[in-house]
Formats: sequence, C-alpha cells, structure tokens
Amino acid sequence: MISVENITVSIGSKPLLENVSVEFEPGKLNLIIGPNGAGKSTLIKVISKQLVPKTGTVCFGKSDLQSISHSNLSVIRAVLSQNIDLAFPLTVREVVMMGRYPHFTEKPGKKDEDAIEHAMKFFDVWEMADRNYMSLSGGEKQRVHFARVLAQIWFPVPDNYRYLILDEPLTFLDVYYQYQFMNKIRELLQREDLVMVGVVHDLNLAARFADQIVLLHQGKVVVAGEKEKVLTIENIKQVYQLEPKIHTSENIMHLLF
Amino acid sequence: MNYLKSRHTLGLFVLLILLIVTFLLSLCFGAISISLHDIYDAVYKILTAPDQLSLVQRIFIDIRLPRAIACVVVGASLAGSGVLMQALFRNPIVEPGLIGTSSGAAFGASLYFVLGASLKFTASEWTLPIAACIGGVISTSLVFLLAKNKVHGKSSVTSLLLTGIAINAIFLSAVGFFSYLARDPQARSITFWNLGTLSGASWHSVAIMFISTTLCFLAARRYTKQLNALMMGEEEAFFIGVDIRKLKLIIMVINVILVAVATAFVGVISFVGLVVPHLLRLSFGSDNRFLLLASALLGGVLLTLADLVARLALAPAELPIGIVTALVGVPAFIVMLRKSNYYF
Repeated sequence: MISVENITVSIGSKPLLENVSVEFEPGKLNLIIGPNGAGKSTLIKVISKQLVPKTGTVCFGKSDLQSISHSNLSVIRAVLSQNIDLAFPLTVREVVMMGRYPHFTEKPGKKDEDAIEHAMKFFDVWEMADRNYMSLSGGEKQRVHFARVLAQIWFPVPDNYRYLILDEPLTFLDVYYQYQFMNKIRELLQREDLVMVGVVHDLNLAARFADQIVLLHQGKVVVAGEKEKVLTIENIKQVYQLEPKIHTSENIMHLLF
Repeated sequence: MNYLKSRHTLGLFVLLILLIVTFLLSLCFGAISISLHDIYDAVYKILTAPDQLSLVQRIFIDIRLPRAIACVVVGASLAGSGVLMQALFRNPIVEPGLIGTSSGAAFGASLYFVLGASLKFTASEWTLPIAACIGGVISTSLVFLLAKNKVHGKSSVTSLLLTGIAINAIFLSAVGFFSYLARDPQARSITFWNLGTLSGASWHSVAIMFISTTLCFLAARRYTKQLNALMMGEEEAFFIGVDIRKLKLIIMVINVILVAVATAFVGVISFVGLVVPHLLRLSFGSDNRFLLLASALLGGVLLTLADLVARLALAPAELPIGIVTALVGVPAFIVMLRKSNYYF
C-alpha cells in the first residue's frame, strides 16, 4: 500500500499541497478528483517520485519512497502519464517492450516476451504488434501505452506490492474506450497485490468505478473515503461551485449538472 | 520479434559487404589506378621485404590505404554521433554539430592557422588536432552552461538546441573573421579545412581516430537501451528506471570525443550524421541498439563514396569532401523536413 503523510509541496511561496495525508490500499481502485489546480498532478508527481516534498513522507509498503533506488522502483511501479510523444518510427511491439526494460540488461528473455504478449492481448493491441506506432490513432496509441505499463509490472513481485499510477489516462479515449478501459482496470484489481492510484476528471466515471475517492481542493484533502461519503451534493458544491443532482439507479450513481 | 531481428542481422550483413566493396574501390581509384593485383603484391611485400617497395606500392601503403581507412573511421564516428544526438534530443533531424562541437573545433583550428605562425609555435602533427579539440570542448561546454535553467538547474532539449544555434553563429563568425584577417596561404588552409578534406590522412592520425572511435562505440553501446527509452520522453524514461542526468552527460561526452577527434583530423564534414541514421530508420525502424552499429557501417560506406567523388570529379585536382556531402546532404535534408511524419 501507499501511505502519504503530511506532505507539503510549494513553488516559491505558493503552496501546491498542504499537509496532505492519504492512504491507498491494494486491490482497490483509488481515484483522485478535484477541480483544475487542486493539486492532483502534484500529488501524482510526489508518489511517482518526480517531486520530492519539502516535508512529510511517502511510504511504499514499509519502505520510505526516497530510500528505494530508481532501478528497484521501476521493477515494482509503473506510471502512465498523459501526452506521450514519439517522433521516431517504432513498431507497437518495440514500444510495449520498453516496459520490460527494467527487467533485462541486453536482450529480452522468455518472461519478457510472455509479459508483453499478455499485456498486448489484455488491451487489444496484439493484432497491431508489428504496425508502426506513428501510424496509429490517438486512442490506439494510448492503448499501446496501457499495454506497456502493464507489461512493466505483469508478474507479481515476491514479498512486495505492485503499483500502477495513472495520471489522467482517459484523455484521448472516446466514451466506448473510456468505459472499456475502466472495466479492464477493475478486472486487474482481482490481483490483490496491485495498488492502483489514478486521477480522473469525469466525476461520473469516478462514481461508477472507484472504490475509494480522494477529493482535493486548493492543495488540501477535502474528504477521502467511499464514494457515497465523498460524492455528496454539499462536497461537490463546495469544491466545484456547481450544484449537482444525484440519481441512483441499479446501484450506480449519476451526477447531473 | 524474430522477423525484426533477422531483418536487422541481414541488414548488418549487407552493409558490411557494401563497406568492403566501397573500401576496395577507394583503394583502386585515384590520381593513379591501382589494381587488386598490385594491392595484393604490396601487402605481400610489406610483410616480406618492406624496403623493396615500388613507387606504386609506396603510394598505396603510405597514402591510399590510410586515407581509405580514415574515410571509414570518420564516416562511422559522424554517423554514430548522429544516432546518439538524435536519440538524446528526441529529434530525427538533429546534426552532431548542432550543440556547437564542430563550429568550436573549426574555431580552434582557424585560430591555430592564423596565430600559430605569428606566435612561432613549434608546430607538430599534434598542434592542429589539439587546437581543434580544445575549441570543440569549449564551445560544447558553453552551450551546456548557457542552456542550464536558472531555477531548477536542468537544461531542456529546446534550450540546448537554441543555445547551440547561437553558439554556432558566434564561433562561425569568428572563423569568418580569421579568414578575413589571414593572408593567403593561411586563408587557403582555413577554407580547405572548413570544407573538410581527407587528403592529409596518415597512419598516425588513422591510429588515433581508430582507437578513440572504437572506445566511444563500445561505451555508447551500453546506453543504447536507455536511449530507446528516452525516445518516449524524459518522464517516461525516468519511470522505467533511466537516470536521465547521468545518461545525458555520458552521451554528450562521447559525442564531443567522436566529433572533435574526427573534425580535428579531417575538418568539418556535415550532413553525414544527419542522413545516415535517417536512411536506416526508413527501412529498419528506430531501435538504437541496431542503429548505432548499422550507422557506423553505412557512414563508412557513404563517406568513402563521397571521398571517391571528391578525388575523381576534378582529377587531378581535389574537391573538398564537405562540398560533396553537402551537395548530397542538403536535398536529403529538405526531403526529410517536408515529410509529414517528422515533427517537433
């Protein structure tokens, strides 16, 4: 699991995160929501070790994140970020294989080939394995990167959790693939050693798929917990300055603005 | 994967054959023609009775052979450096000279041409290469220092490229100033050197270039996987375990050595580093593990051919090789720019 304790990050005198403490448990879909500038990306940067916070600690399992070396970290933790640009002709297979780079030195082994095959099949890109990545559509490219980060942590790590961090993964996907992707993510959660943390913009997606939601506003945690506790009319009105109507049908919450 | 791998192996094999053929061609043709039989005789004689060489055999051993080897080594250095720079800058139309190395080397060399005589240096074979190397190191370090962001101490690719352009402009105008100052024999040396020439290749210079280039390639090979990861961007590479700062520094150092040493001995030769990796990417994709090796071979082939043209086009006079590579390279560069799937 990931425990974030009393994190404060600021640029100059402007605080981006203030005394943030949250916990992300394995086997659950943890989603971070909040309006623009709430600190979602900053929090993702802190837990993916791109930013070292001024105060506070982040622990992966029992180890302090700052004490885990880059090479050890990249074997257990994969990050999917938004806006990946590749200006070189590479096959889809070569891009997905990059996810296995932390696992081999010279040539990929049988295990690496297995991992990328399973990951590509899981995200429906196996058929395009030999195509040029640059010729794909935006949505296809995004699925190739899903496969890449999944291949990176495909096999369980003995005595450790695996971590998957998703920074606004749905940006370039249409509604069909957004739902398909979220369903696949839920399918992945059957692996109980997988800690999954993501940022999404769409509150309805969060309402439908999340187990735990963290609502950020102005660098602080407003509320964190089960969706019924977080997605209330009062909380949303306070943070987004819009009053939603909440419908529940067949156990699924719908937010209307 | 197997399909790709076997294609890569086949590609390397074909390139090797091409290199051997062009190498033999460049041994045979020139101011005087030397047949394969003469070559065999000369090699046989130098092993058995080295003091009884005929004139043709002497020309072959002392002039033709080192020049042919120099072509291969310089072509390999420039093309290999092109692969490294393009991967590092994540931009397929970056040239090895872009971060100031070759203009700095040219500056060092012209400074030597102009001031060397008046300062009464005891000139040796070494003075020119050393002057060029120092110039290359100074200009490259300048680019790095100036491109560094004041706030977080990192240098972004964009600022490196733009600083490179500025520094290149300064050093090249300084070179222009020196040629303006210089009197005739010096001015001619500067011009010829700035356009590149392999006519001065000796066993001495070939040995130095061969050793430094081989060491650079052996070192660079260890980082090709990390350079592949870097194609996705610094963030993504970081997430799959690449130490970006270390990688940048090491690749830069390797590049400076490759370019400065080659430039020091043969002058400024442009476009090889740009065109060779590009040609290979068209048919073999962008895996740097393959590209580095294949570029060395193809770079050798193309520079050998360019040198043949330089020697034969106006025979018995000689064309600077930089003019030949530019005549081929510039149209290739424009075609690449206009191709829609390259962007910044």
